[in-house]
Amino acid sequence: MSKILIRGAKVLGGEPQDVLIDGSVIEAVGTGISDEGAEGAEVVDAAGKVLLPGLVDLHTHLREPGREDSETVLTGTRAAASGGYTAVFAMANTFPVADTAGVVEQVYRLGQQHGYCDVQPIGAVTVGLEGRKLAELGAMHESAAGVTVFSDDGKCVDDAVIMRRALEYVKAFGGVVAQHAQEPRLTEGAQMNEGVVSAELGLGGWPSVAEESIIARDVLLAEHVGSRVHICHLSTAGSVEIVRWAKSRGIDVTAEVTPHHLLLTDELVRSYNPVYKVNPPLRTQQDVLALREALADGTIDIVATDHAPHPHEDKDCEWAAAAMGMVGLETALSVVQETMVDTGLLDWAGVAERMSFKPAEIGRAKGHGRPVSAGEPANLMLVDTEYRGSVDPAGFASRSRNTPYEGRELPGRVTHTWLRGKATLVDGKLT
Amino acid sequence: MQRHLISAADLTRDDAVLILDTAEEMARVADRPIKKLPTLRGRTIVNLFFEDSTRTRISFEAAEKRLSADVINFTAKGSSVSKGESLKDTAQTLEAMGVDAVVIRHGASGAPYRLATSGWIDAAVINAGDGTHQHPTQALLDAFTMRRRLVGRDAGIGQDLAGKRITIVGDILHSRVARSNVDLLHILGAQVTLVAPPTLVPVGIETWPCEVAYDLDSTLAKSDAVMMLRVQRERMNAAFFPTEREYSRRYGLDGDRMARMPEHAIVMHPGPMVRGMEITAEVADSDRCTVVEQVANGVSIRMAVLYLLLGGNEPAVSHTRIEEK
Ligand SMILES: [Zn+2]
Repeated sequence: MSKILIRGAKVLGGEPQDVLIDGSVIEAVGTGISDEGAEGAEVVDAAGKVLLPGLVDLHTHLREPGREDSETVLTGTRAAASGGYTAVFAMANTFPVADTAGVVEQVYRLGQQHGYCDVQPIGAVTVGLEGRKLAELGAMHESAAGVTVFSDDGKCVDDAVIMRRALEYVKAFGGVVAQHAQEPRLTEGAQMNEGVVSAELGLGGWPSVAEESIIARDVLLAEHVGSRVHICHLSTAGSVEIVRWAKSRGIDVTAEVTPHHLLLTDELVRSYNPVYKVNPPLRTQQDVLALREALADGTIDIVATDHAPHPHEDKDCEWAAAAMGMVGLETALSVVQETMVDTGLLDWAGVAERMSFKPAEIGRAKGHGRPVSAGEPANLMLVDTEYRGSVDPAGFASRSRNTPYEGRELPGRVTHTWLRGKATLVDGKLT
Repeated sequence: MQRHLISAADLTRDDAVLILDTAEEMARVADRPIKKLPTLRGRTIVNLFFEDSTRTRISFEAAEKRLSADVINFTAKGSSVSKGESLKDTAQTLEAMGVDAVVIRHGASGAPYRLATSGWIDAAVINAGDGTHQHPTQALLDAFTMRRRLVGRDAGIGQDLAGKRITIVGDILHSRVARSNVDLLHILGAQVTLVAPPTLVPVGIETWPCEVAYDLDSTLAKSDAVMMLRVQRERMNAAFFPTEREYSRRYGLDGDRMARMPEHAIVMHPGPMVRGMEITAEVADSDRCTVVEQVANGVSIRMAVLYLLLGGNEPAVSHTRIEEK
């Protein structure tokens, strides 16, 4: 098997070390790896760069099957590799919906076949995401895809009884329900965060309470039935308070925040540029600061991208007609560096925790989110943290270009990604 | 002046006064036997209406024709805007035809702004009402009506509305007229009070340059003008208020309430009025109600706006006043 010697990388942001990969596993990590042990190894000079375990995204939309004009498993996993990811969880809102063993197995196999990034399908909670009848959760779990995360993302499981049953049912195989918290009646016609800006722009408001009321209900349900619940893309200061309270009470809840909710605010909607249209919507600066703080103190467990590719024509129109969502896989780490690391809120070990170890643990992703040490699978990535440059979507591997960061300067650049010892990204170029 | 007119908030005090003064000049044309100026001869203006509004379209069309522009009416109602393709596609068709200005009415807030800023088209864009966002020429014609009635037709030239107290009543939440009026009246120095049930006041209103009250009776005696907004009956089904009768009792303008307004105070309505719910017939037909004048003034205001955006340096009418500006 081929050997790779990564020289002088700051492992998890610490002191420079060498990492020797042999085949698909890490053979050694240390300061004195001799050339003898590494004989014949390809040497990667990583001086000054930070080495992290391959990132894991618990919330990706790959669009295949059904919307291959936006993204496919191939283009999406290439985008993931470009962003330093070695595993992504693919959301179920495809066409057909991933609510059967057949669909999840297809998505899983496409990921394996392409080899850029492991794809772990998320199964729908309800048939057709319609919120009425539980999908065959057990069959999806027992399929080759081994589904452990279930979500109707894009829609909220708003029926309290269905939510309760789903939470209870997945206990049988250690699953988790990931909730898109959006009270549907309170968000009818919603176009953006409800507040000062929506009042002025005359756009339908998406009130914070529509998210917070569902989170409050679901943590109480999880407590009542003794289950595990995960909150998708938490976006308000009030949601943070509820999750903090739930955790203090011992409720088994985890939560994610997207990079864009850590950086952008609803003030940007004044441009009426649909690139800023996303669900949940961009909130206020006060919310942004609360989310950063909560991610730093562990109230919010992980960063997940909610990578939501859309073709140009779905965004090049008036606001109300535009699709909701932003691509995120290729810029996530840069945004986290800007908002969390460069601000002093998190160190790189903290980033590894929130973008690799913990999301892998929540999703039970085998072989991912493992320590950087001998004997572990060689799922790794290198980031040049000194890099500064503006975002150019023309260079994206994703099939879609709906990034809110076009032309914006962001720090950090992922240079290398290895999936089980096989390079998927070398010097910023996909293999 | 800017190239486009998207929002009343984009105007300066001097821009707004210039438009009102120019509209006075334009109003004189309406008194002539031949109601036509050659100002925009050879210019093409498209009235692009994605939402039905015969009144507004006719008002713009009359203004355009009095300025001798070539007019194209494009009614896109019924065409698919679900994916937004028709706005961009239509814009590009109009661009290819070399139109000079687009007067756009659209059901989506921000559509005129997108049209003006997205690079789809080069023409001047005039917002004739977008979603629940803005309707700047409506606000200008309202201000013009107020200035004539409360300051005076000739005395008003060069003047703003400093110190005037304006009360706007009704569905603030869904009203582009209210948003435009709050912006413009503030720019012109007036004090605005919005009155509505709390369900029809937008969350986030606290930054608007106006007062908000839930009680109509206490504001009437302090009002120089009371503007009644149209309340759509379907709001009742969405639980914005309990019944039509209760709404009328608390927020409708009848003769008794009108009697509590100062002698000189006027009653305004952007039309079309639904008599009985927000305004009684007695009030609507009184000579303090300016609805008919508002319609006539709309043409003068739209002539002024089109002239100022498109006319360039030529004088609108053979008076020196405009040249001096
Ligand atoms: Zn979602």
